[in-house]
This record gives sequence, structure tokens and C-alpha cells, in this order.
Amino acid sequence: MAKIVAATGNEAVANAFMQVNPDVSAAYPITPATDIMQRFTSFVSNGKVKTEMILVESEHSAMSACIGASAAGGRVMTATSSQGLALMWEMLFIASGLRLPIIMCVVNRALSAPLNIHGDHSDAMGARDSGWIQLWSENAQEAYDNIIQAFRIGEHMDIRLPVMVCLDGFIISHSIERLEYLEDGEVANFIGNFKELNPLLDMEHPVSYGPLILPDYYMEFRKAQDEVESKVSMVVLEAAKDFEKISGRKYGLFETYRLDDAEIGIVILNSAAGTSKDTIDEFRNRGIKAGLLKPRLYRPFPYEKIGEALKHLKAVCVLDRADAFGGSYGPVFIDIATSLYPYKEKPILINKIYGLGGRDYLPEHAEHVLSELAEIAKTGKVDTVKEYIGVRG
Amino acid sequence: MAKPLSLKELSKKEVLISSGHRMCAGCGAPTIVKMVLLASDYPVIASNATGCLEVSTCISDYTAWKIPWIHSAFENAAATISGVETMYRSLKKQGKINKEIKFVAFGGDGGTYDIGLQSLSGAMERGHDMLYVCYDNGAYMNTGIQRSSATPRGADTTTRPAGSVIPGKTEQRKDLTKIMAGHNIPYAAQASPSHWMDLMKKARKAFEMPGPKFMNIISPCNRGWRSRTDDSIALSRLAVETCYWPLYEVENGIVKITFKPKKKKPVVDFLKPQGRFKHLFKPENEWVLNKLQEDIDTEWDRLQKEESLFAS
Repeated sequence: MAKIVAATGNEAVANAFMQVNPDVSAAYPITPATDIMQRFTSFVSNGKVKTEMILVESEHSAMSACIGASAAGGRVMTATSSQGLALMWEMLFIASGLRLPIIMCVVNRALSAPLNIHGDHSDAMGARDSGWIQLWSENAQEAYDNIIQAFRIGEHMDIRLPVMVCLDGFIISHSIERLEYLEDGEVANFIGNFKELNPLLDMEHPVSYGPLILPDYYMEFRKAQDEVESKVSMVVLEAAKDFEKISGRKYGLFETYRLDDAEIGIVILNSAAGTSKDTIDEFRNRGIKAGLLKPRLYRPFPYEKIGEALKHLKAVCVLDRADAFGGSYGPVFIDIATSLYPYKEKPILINKIYGLGGRDYLPEHAEHVLSELAEIAKTGKVDTVKEYIGVRG
Repeated sequence: MAKPLSLKELSKKEVLISSGHRMCAGCGAPTIVKMVLLASDYPVIASNATGCLEVSTCISDYTAWKIPWIHSAFENAAATISGVETMYRSLKKQGKINKEIKFVAFGGDGGTYDIGLQSLSGAMERGHDMLYVCYDNGAYMNTGIQRSSATPRGADTTTRPAGSVIPGKTEQRKDLTKIMAGHNIPYAAQASPSHWMDLMKKARKAFEMPGPKFMNIISPCNRGWRSRTDDSIALSRLAVETCYWPLYEVENGIVKITFKPKKKKPVVDFLKPQGRFKHLFKPENEWVLNKLQEDIDTEWDRLQKEESLFAS
């Protein structure tokens, strides 16, 4: 039986980690993810989990220790945000290159400079091509559910990849919501026992991790890694199907909201999707056919399926809570544009940058976007492709 | 108690780093690895910082390592092995593993004194049951002989070349062994492959003791030192006999010099055979030689005084 609770996003994630009960965790404090590890270490101190903690001196060492622990042969998790993820960057590629199923919760936060501790997606977007699977979460329930599914996905024998579960800093991590926890036993059954693959601790079969591979084979190695990525969608859907059986909650590669017959649509990640859905309802009430697509599996990005889901629309706005500097568009926009590129008939695309450094995303912002889209759908004319919204000047 | 080492016993043991690796002829590092691993009475898992030893011993699809081995990056051999050791402890506590296993990290001086110092300090402070071995050849040899904080004063390197204005490195080297002993770990020691019995006794003792241990081992590099390939053991002996590289240990805070030369040789005996110090023998650079000798005399005196504090 599910247990209904009122909990913050961080509390829900910490609870998921407790139910998963990993063998080792290495972590370093950083706002707003700190709270997850504070809660988790209290589970450790009070004997609620069997986990051995490594309280490292930096995030770089946190990921390095996770890599060592995972290669040794066991279940490993950590959590971080912002600068912490940036400091881990070098090790992210090594974790995925070594094919280690480490699970990390990223509580999304802006990057310095200027220093800002609040929620935006710059951190995880900077790590989107690191070979990690990325699952994004709208609310505490989704964060909890994604963490549990992440272990099943990452540890799947067909892929063996690290997984990052993202949720919005403060907006979700520190707000209390109603959500449902699964029973401990249900979680344990769902994730199953950890399956070892070439563990370092197998002294009878010594293995070498992290060789030098020169131009003669490096490219074959990278191609093989890319082929593994192509299997991820199937594994994610399979895990979602089994998860639905125990939770009643349905997950896919992405969520669509009133999209099937829509003429205009919003693509948006995480918590701002909720606000957008409310505004879409208002537009629907006014007879405007608006819809929404919220990516869940952001890496590897399901280009074909998302392109297929959006191709019938007249106009789409991609909202990015991170910018890509250098005259470029927001990262989600670039991916959506890529997913639609193969189609002859496709929607007109615009890009709005919103909510940086924790700036509120309000219903009026969604209204502004939807009104503009309705106009574009009517006239076929676009004034500005990329624009900052909710900003001075 | 650690079993005493005997040649008879050692000759029967398997060498755990195979021949056929691609380290340079005359390099000290593989000799050091061989000695350290031979000294252990237990099965060992190793981590390796990026560097000469790592790139030359595991080029896919070959590995010279007959033990489980992991390389992840340059600055984190200590953090990486701390993860392996923690997983071992977790699984042992859960009854999933019962074997006694020891853990060792190998890093060069660049990966240990410089970029890896934070990771090493953290792992030592956390008290992991591990031995960290630094093979100190006094520069970033893998990337082509660049200056590190372990480079001796006066040495010619590719980033602080001896020129008409600057006579090579002008700063004194960092004393890492002292820094590690300052972590109040159970065991920190300096060793040299020339004094192989001393080195292996120290390694065996380190593997035997629970908790974090550190060994700093001088590792001649003929490419960087500009010396003959067959001189590496002779040079590491001269480093000890000139007290450039004193052999000592700090066991539970007690300092003990493990080899005292009958007559301390002048440092020039160590410097002369090495091309990296050639420029110091020009009259205008005599002051550097004097300064180097002064550094060594001061440190050797200090070490002897420190040892005498613990003499019973």
C-alpha cells in the first residue's frame, strides 16, 4: 500500500535513496542538494540503511569515489547541484566511459558568475552530452519515481550507464507537496539485487579499468558507446511499464498535455510545466487549441519520437531555463529544432529564455507565450526567434 | 605483525606487474611497483593516477597488471581507491565478501604533490585502509619534463628551463612526506629502490597496519634527469647517501631514520651525473649549488633532531 505524505522534493529523494539502500555513497555539501545528503546521512547514523558514506573533500572526489566504489562492484549514489556538478564534469565522462551505473540526483541550480543559489537548468544542461542518462522531474513525486526507476535503468545489463535525475532547486527541492511513497519491499522488488559486471573486488578474475586507447581503437570504442545509447529508450519504457504496475503512475520518454489536436504548443522542462498546463487549460477554455510537451528522458534525447509528436503543430515555443551563449539558442530549442528538421511540414519555432537564477515563471509568462504563438499560427510571421522573458530592459 | 622478508620467500612469489610493459628502460617506477606489490602478504587492488606508469602499463587490449587495477583520472587516485575500499568495507560488513584485501594507489609527483594533493589529503583524513605510493621523479615526466612542486631547486625543466637569466627552478621542493605525516596517519615513510630491503620492509609494514599510509619513493627518470639508462639504481643510492632523499619513517608519530650514511656525500655527487643540473656547474650559478647543499644540510639536521626527540 502506498503511503501518502507531505514532503519536500529533497525529502522525497532522500526517502527514495533510503528505500533503495545503496552500498556506498560519496557526497559533498552544496545548496540546494545538501538537504538530501543531510537527511540520508541521518539514515546512515541511525542504522536505517546499510550504506557506507564517504564524506569527501570536494565534488570531484565525490564522483571519483563513486567511480571507484561502482567499479568495485555495488550500488552507488550521490547528489549535487550547480558548481558541484561543474567540478565533477571531468569525472562524468569517465563514469559513463567506464559504463558505471552510478545514480546522481541533480538539484538544478544556476551557475556562477554571478553567484546565485537558485533554480535554473544551466548545471545539468552543461553536462547533457557527458554520456549520462538524464531524467527530468516536474515535481517531488516525479523526482521520487525517477530516482527509483533510475537504478533499474542504469543497472540494466543491456546498457550499464550512469543516470542523472534532475529537479528544480528550491521550487521543488524545498517546497512541500503531497506525494505517495511506495512500500520498502515494493522498491526492493522493483530494483532487484545489484548485478555485478566485472567487479574489481573479484580477485580471481582481475580486471583493468581505464586503459589508454589510442587512435587505432578510440573511435570504435566511442561508436560502441553511442550504440549503447540507442538502447536506452527501450530500457526506460520497460522500467516505466513495470513501475506503473506497482505505483499506478504512468511514465514515458516525455509527457504530452492536450497535444494531439493542438495547433500551438509549449515545450518546457520540469516545474514550469505545471504552471504552463494551467494556462493551457485557460486557452482551451477560450477555444484556442494549445498543448504542451514536457521531455522526461532528455539524454539520450528521443529525437524521432518527439519530432513525431510535434510535427502537426502550427507554432511551437521552446522555453529554456538555461541559455547557450555564443549567439546560439537555448539547449532544449536546439534539440527540438533538430527533432523537427527531417519533416517537410513542421511548426514554426520560437525560443524563450525564462527563469534564470530562480526568477519566477508566472502564469502571465505562459499567457504571453501562448498569445504570441496564436498570432504566429494565424499570420505565419515571427518577430524574434529568441527572446528573454520576465526580464527588465 | 608483519612477517620478516626473505629473499627465499620473495623469489617464490609471483611478480604482479608483468614484463612487456612500455615504460622506458631504466625507469624507476615499475621497479618500485614490483617491490611494493611483492612486499604484500595480501591480495591487493590498485588505483593509478594518469601518468607515465598508467599510460605505459595498460594500453588496450593489453595490461601489465596481474591484480585488479583502476585508472580514472590524474588528480584522484586517492579518491578513486577510497571508493573501492569503501565498497569492500560495505560488502564485507554485509557478509558478501570475506577475503582480506589491501588497497594501494600509485601516483607520480605531479599527480600527488600538485594536482592530486587535495584528493590525497582528503582520503588520508577520512582514514581509509589504504596505502598511497608516490613515485617521485621530480617533474611532469609524462608530458615532457615540466616543473612540479617536487622538482629540486636548480633543475632544468621544459617549463623552467635554465637560461641566461633564470638558472632553472629557483624554489625549494615541497616536503610532501612531512605534510602527510602532519595528517597524523599511522604511517608515512620515504624509501628508495636502491635500498630495496628497506623499501619492501616499509611497504610490508604499511600493508599490515590498518588505516591510511603514505610512502614517498624516489624514482629516477633518465629522460628527465638526463642521465644514463643503467644509472637509475646508482642515482637513487646517491640521493640517499647525499641525504638529498633521507630514508625514514614516521610510525604513529615517532620519527625513525632507517638509513644513516656513514659519511654524508656532498650533493654534487648526486647532481653531477644528471644533465638537468649541468648548468649549475658554471661559476655564475655556484650560489644555487650552495643553496641546494644548505637546504639538504638544514633538513638532515632537522630530521636527526626530530628523531632524537623519540630516542629512548
